[in-house]
Amino acid sequence: MIDTPSVDWFALAPELALLAASAVALLAAVLVPRRVRRTVAAIVCALGYAGAVVAGVLLYLHSEDAETVVAGGFSRDRLVASAAVLVGGIGIATVLLAARDRMRDDHVAEYYALLAAAGAGMIFFVGASNLMTLFLALEWFSICLYILCAIDGDQPGGLEAALKYLVMGSFGSAILLFGSALVYGVTGKLRFVEIAAAGHGHDPVLAVGLALIIVGLGFKASAAPFHMWTPDVYQGAPTSVTAFMSSATKVAALLLSLRVLREAFPSQAHLWTVAAAGLAVVSLAVGNLAALAQRDVKRLLAYSSISHAGFMFIAIAANNPSGARALLFYLLPYSAMSLGAFAVVAARERELGVPVTLDNLAGLGWERPFLGASLWLFLLGFAGFPLTGGFWGKIYVFSAAVERGWTWLVIVGVVATAVSLAYYLAVVRSLYMRPALEGRLAVAGGSPPSEPLLETAVAACVVVTVGTFFFVGPLADIARDATAFLF
Amino acid sequence: MGFLPHIELATALVLIPLIGALGVLSWPDEPDGKGRISGGIALAVAVVEVGVWILTLKRFDFSAPQTIQLGQHHVWFKDLGVSYDVGFTAFGLWLVGLTAVVLTAAIAYAFWTGRTRANAYYALMLVLLGAIVGVFVAQDLLLFYAFFEAMLIPLYVLVGVWGGAGRLRATLKFVLYTMAGSLLMLVSILVFGIHNGSFSMYGPSLGATLPDHSTSSTLLFLGFMFAFAIKAPLVPFHGWLPDAYRESSPEVAAVLSGVVSKAAAYGFLYIAIHLFPGPADDLRTPILVLASIGLVYGSLLAFRAPDFRGVVAYSSLAQMGLITIGVFAQSGLGWSGATLQMVNHGLISAALFLLAGCVERRTGTGELSQLGGMARGRPVLATLTLTAGMIALAVPLSSSFAGEFLILAGVLNRGWGYSVVGAVAIVLAAMYVLRLISAVLHRDVGPAVKEDARDLGAWELGVVAALLGCLLALSVWPAAISEHTFGHDVVTDQPFSLITETPPTSAAP
Repeated sequence: MIDTPSVDWFALAPELALLAASAVALLAAVLVPRRVRRTVAAIVCALGYAGAVVAGVLLYLHSEDAETVVAGGFSRDRLVASAAVLVGGIGIATVLLAARDRMRDDHVAEYYALLAAAGAGMIFFVGASNLMTLFLALEWFSICLYILCAIDGDQPGGLEAALKYLVMGSFGSAILLFGSALVYGVTGKLRFVEIAAAGHGHDPVLAVGLALIIVGLGFKASAAPFHMWTPDVYQGAPTSVTAFMSSATKVAALLLSLRVLREAFPSQAHLWTVAAAGLAVVSLAVGNLAALAQRDVKRLLAYSSISHAGFMFIAIAANNPSGARALLFYLLPYSAMSLGAFAVVAARERELGVPVTLDNLAGLGWERPFLGASLWLFLLGFAGFPLTGGFWGKIYVFSAAVERGWTWLVIVGVVATAVSLAYYLAVVRSLYMRPALEGRLAVAGGSPPSEPLLETAVAACVVVTVGTFFFVGPLADIARDATAFLF
Repeated sequence: MGFLPHIELATALVLIPLIGALGVLSWPDEPDGKGRISGGIALAVAVVEVGVWILTLKRFDFSAPQTIQLGQHHVWFKDLGVSYDVGFTAFGLWLVGLTAVVLTAAIAYAFWTGRTRANAYYALMLVLLGAIVGVFVAQDLLLFYAFFEAMLIPLYVLVGVWGGAGRLRATLKFVLYTMAGSLLMLVSILVFGIHNGSFSMYGPSLGATLPDHSTSSTLLFLGFMFAFAIKAPLVPFHGWLPDAYRESSPEVAAVLSGVVSKAAAYGFLYIAIHLFPGPADDLRTPILVLASIGLVYGSLLAFRAPDFRGVVAYSSLAQMGLITIGVFAQSGLGWSGATLQMVNHGLISAALFLLAGCVERRTGTGELSQLGGMARGRPVLATLTLTAGMIALAVPLSSSFAGEFLILAGVLNRGWGYSVVGAVAIVLAAMYVLRLISAVLHRDVGPAVKEDARDLGAWELGVVAALLGCLLALSVWPAAISEHTFGHDVVTDQPFSLITETPPTSAAP
């Protein structure tokens, strides 16, 4: 008879909702007639994510005190609850965005099953509280994403993207695993809090292990110099998958980075704050400079997401309560803007049938006023203009760095913002200030198709982007409660 | 009423144009593409804005001009100490009035000229109006910054979509210059606010933690100065100016030079000097020298400019130099003169840019070598241009004479040299204005001037005459502004606190 630990099922409710949805969607792949399979699978997946949101809210309300459950393998606290809400919202928007994709019908139910499973893995990842569950969750959602990238066999570049992602992602996972092994070797502990308590503060092997873990997390967060896979994968993957990856993966990877660094390595803070600041600086430099040269909009947004990883690593490097709050707050408008921007790109892609570039984006702002104005808003948000949550996100992150006394990091961020304007405004220029390329491109399917679902997703992203500007106060309070236990 | 938020006049002046913008946007596109209805709505909203400002003027208590009035205060972002804090001081009140008047004239000009994609155009003009008013009423640094940045968004599109042939280059330069400055300002704001624990622009905590005359407070001061010097612009930060003023449509150029540049001068006084008196004192000489150079250099450039708008653009550069001299004279006289001159210059340059637009519409060019002899048979154009020109060159009895005189008198204590430079610049101004008038109105009829080019129509007359009417009224009574902005102790040259007391202005729970 094996002793089984007592399981706090409520703490696992978001993941369970998503796994159930995933299983039902998989069953739908074989049991539901092809005609309605897409609809049924999409609805099931959306319900799963809605369940994750509800469970996340309840979990937030009932987890004032942070604790670990399931034999110390998983955390029950407000951070993971917030992650469940964020990932759940992102998942629902992704389903809306993918619902009318020109995907072939053969794997459509599997697509939604994997989407739900990936979300579950990400939430579990944020809740991981020992090195074993951390690696398990990492592989869980990564494998789902590898397959999602390749699922549309018709899309040129999809398979290539998936293969690149698989190779680079596995490389990153292996490094993280190696780092975990070193840390375990030095401390003999797997749980984050026990690693911290083991007190091997000055052991160089532990420092190497920590460095390797940071590298592995950097891969997942697509922070430079570990970003090499990002542009190719974001460009090649189906746009709905890109939208999901760019937002949800960032949520998972950055929140978990914050947790593992704060919980397991508080006494090495002098090392990892510098490392995080280094990642931030390199990401800001590489992301912004490389984005300047891009013509393909998905690639451009990929580099932009690298630079935003840089901004968020500033918050981690600050290593203070406001930094943690800033990170959690920043993720909300960032996710909305990123999802929304890729959704508009997806709409244009479906309309034209070719990859969206700065050239064939021309005139979109006047042809489809709502989508054009929304994309404009998202780009302004990325650049940190007021009326978007991106404004407060940046200011919050910068103020955390100032509080820490690292004003130089703020200056780097500010210079990066100035550079980023050049390419964000290049997109706006295409949207509004260039004549449309009439006649030079055959519009697939005549007049622009009306896509109420996609437009709903975009509208929701607009609401979140603008809403986070006006309601930053209450949201910051939530973020404070969610991250208070880390300090 | 309980569930409705209490709205004070300061908030109302920001909200009215924004709500109007939403209204214009939601209006269906008109088939003829001229946008008469959306333009009419926008014009009506702008007129209402002027009306509400007049109401504010009546309610404002001028016996305490430096006290924040008619505003409200709500905590917005507690964690960072940011508040939605708006209100008027007399200084801000005049600039809000200038904004409302100039934007109304600009919208009226566009309404009668006709603009493509009218709904978007007028919505952006109204958003611009709301944002600029916000800059002048904000009493919290981050709120100020938000409005300051928000100005840029409509301006970028207004120049980039409705501008001339070189508009893309012009917008890129404009945005990169201004953002470089305002992001440095953001660093300054953050460091200042976090050291102070609050981003409020007034209050007892000001300067409590940062020692005056220290390196760090000087750096913060320079961060603000840099942003405002680009926005104004001051020499040598004016690289964006010629392109932006030439490539935008006339009414947008009028707003840029008439109002947006004043946001920078406002910042010089209300933020840079008010929050950092020590560094402002230390760096006064270099700033005054720079402003003097700008004054002379801008005047010379205006004298050499080959086109109508070029003359007005560079004269703006010169005038901003003069206003900066008045601001950094750091005396009541200088400040009063600067305030008066800010309003004067806003109205004059708006009128001149609109007149330039009228001329360009008739001849298709603004090149002075192609123009000439337009006075003959066009008495309205001639009269208006001459009147605007006379006020611009500060003939005695005009309001700008009063403003320039106060500035030069105010700076006298800082060194008579500045006053001499200012006096020389007035001569230079006479040279470039008279050159402009003679090149456009007199001499032989230019090749671009067709015999059948009409005189100004009734609406063009109305728009420009309204601006000139304000100027004539100020010429009659310049003290309306100069003696109602900084209290009665303006005659002393001692610096005094810009905001004297801070009554709790919040009325809502």
